[in-house]
Amino acid sequence: MSARGVVSEVVDPEMPMLTLADLGVVRSVDETGDRVVVTITPTYSGCPAVEEMRTDIAAALTGAGYGPVEVRTVFSPAWSTNWISEAGRRKLAEAGVAPPGPAPVRAAGPIPLTLGPAPAVRCPRCGSPATDEISRFGPTACTALRRCPSCREPFEHMKEI
Amino acid sequence: MMSPHAMEEDATNAYQSLSETTDHDDPRWAFGSGFDEVEAEITAPAPADPATLAAYCLMLGDDALVLQHRLSEWVANAPELEEEVALANIALDLLGQARVLLARAGHLTDSDEDSLAYLRDQAEFRNVALVEQPDDLDFARCIARLLVFSTWRLALLQRLEGSADPVVAAVAAKGVKEVAYHRDYAARWTLRLGDGTAVSHDRMQAAVDWVWPFVDELFRTSDAERALPGVAVDPADTREEVETVLAEVLRRATLTPPRAKPVGTVGGRGGRQGLHTEHLGHVVDELQSLARRHPGASW
Repeated sequence: MSARGVVSEVVDPEMPMLTLADLGVVRSVDETGDRVVVTITPTYSGCPAVEEMRTDIAAALTGAGYGPVEVRTVFSPAWSTNWISEAGRRKLAEAGVAPPGPAPVRAAGPIPLTLGPAPAVRCPRCGSPATDEISRFGPTACTALRRCPSCREPFEHMKEI
Repeated sequence: MMSPHAMEEDATNAYQSLSETTDHDDPRWAFGSGFDEVEAEITAPAPADPATLAAYCLMLGDDALVLQHRLSEWVANAPELEEEVALANIALDLLGQARVLLARAGHLTDSDEDSLAYLRDQAEFRNVALVEQPDDLDFARCIARLLVFSTWRLALLQRLEGSADPVVAAVAAKGVKEVAYHRDYAARWTLRLGDGTAVSHDRMQAAVDWVWPFVDELFRTSDAERALPGVAVDPADTREEVETVLAEVLRRATLTPPRAKPVGTVGGRGGRQGLHTEHLGHVVDELQSLARRHPGASW
């Protein structure tokens, strides 16, 4: 398998239903001689999973017979949930996590406050469009907590950035 | 249930993965894993005098580092689990911003992020007084301070997306998305408490009164900021936007904008010059106690 293929199949440590390719964090995989240089973008500045992603990528490549591995993290351009693949969105929904909608498009000038209700999010279990936000910050940096009054289940929503 | 032996062989086991990180050069995982991995960005050539740029990175980094410490004090103390998770998430975003900025400052001055976070003395910190104040675990104070801070930092970061320094620009572009969420969180709570019951209104008003004297320092221009055109943003330029947003939130929350005499600076000097209130000492002592007691410890 190509080095790119090996890296693409590594799963996210916090959302193991997604591969790093689904999540859209793999920027490049370059093979130079027997050396592999992988570049990834963290989802959030303080994302604690980055260190594990680095370790898992190196372990997967070494396990597949590749030589010295270097994993670099770059912050620019900043990751966006728009980079999550269609397959990734489907897998999120199947695992009970509501996939993100389109990331907000920024107009010129100061960023407006958003004090109104959050945009509607469909329940990943029963499909009801009328769900409530419990908290904008969930168990991982990238999710918000919601609940569905129809099926009475709480669920996570990957918030748009 | 996995047998201990099977766990040992599981390459994806979280604990094993963490211990394996010691195979790169810095085994001090407990002190942060080091940003050697973002070499490409951290080591970019400085577009200005390196010492001045490093000083500027410390200002932006220390604001985030010290506030994340104050926010982390809420862990196991928040009124509800959801708020605890939210505050910890916000702290984590700020910690992430601080790490990159301190790593950049470290690279420019032949130091590193861990030494800057754990071995600097109080007078070497460059944060504003706002972030070092204890909120005494008063939730309204926590929210009032976060509202002011995130409104100001969002205005700064948005302008810094065009910074000539690639690291500052990258932190800013990433941070804008994060801090916009922080500001919304604080603004929503301000509305809920201010326009809530008589008790919550009074407590939120008292919290706003408490935080207001520290706002003026946010717009003071330091020498480093003045010396870095194109790299730094003059914080005075954010005043109008910040005051407009804060006034709007207070109005909607039925709160009265305080008339407060500014504090936090003495003879024009403040946190940006290393002159701090006594509270920073407590933060620094706690933040650094492990690293100072066990220098270079690894696990």
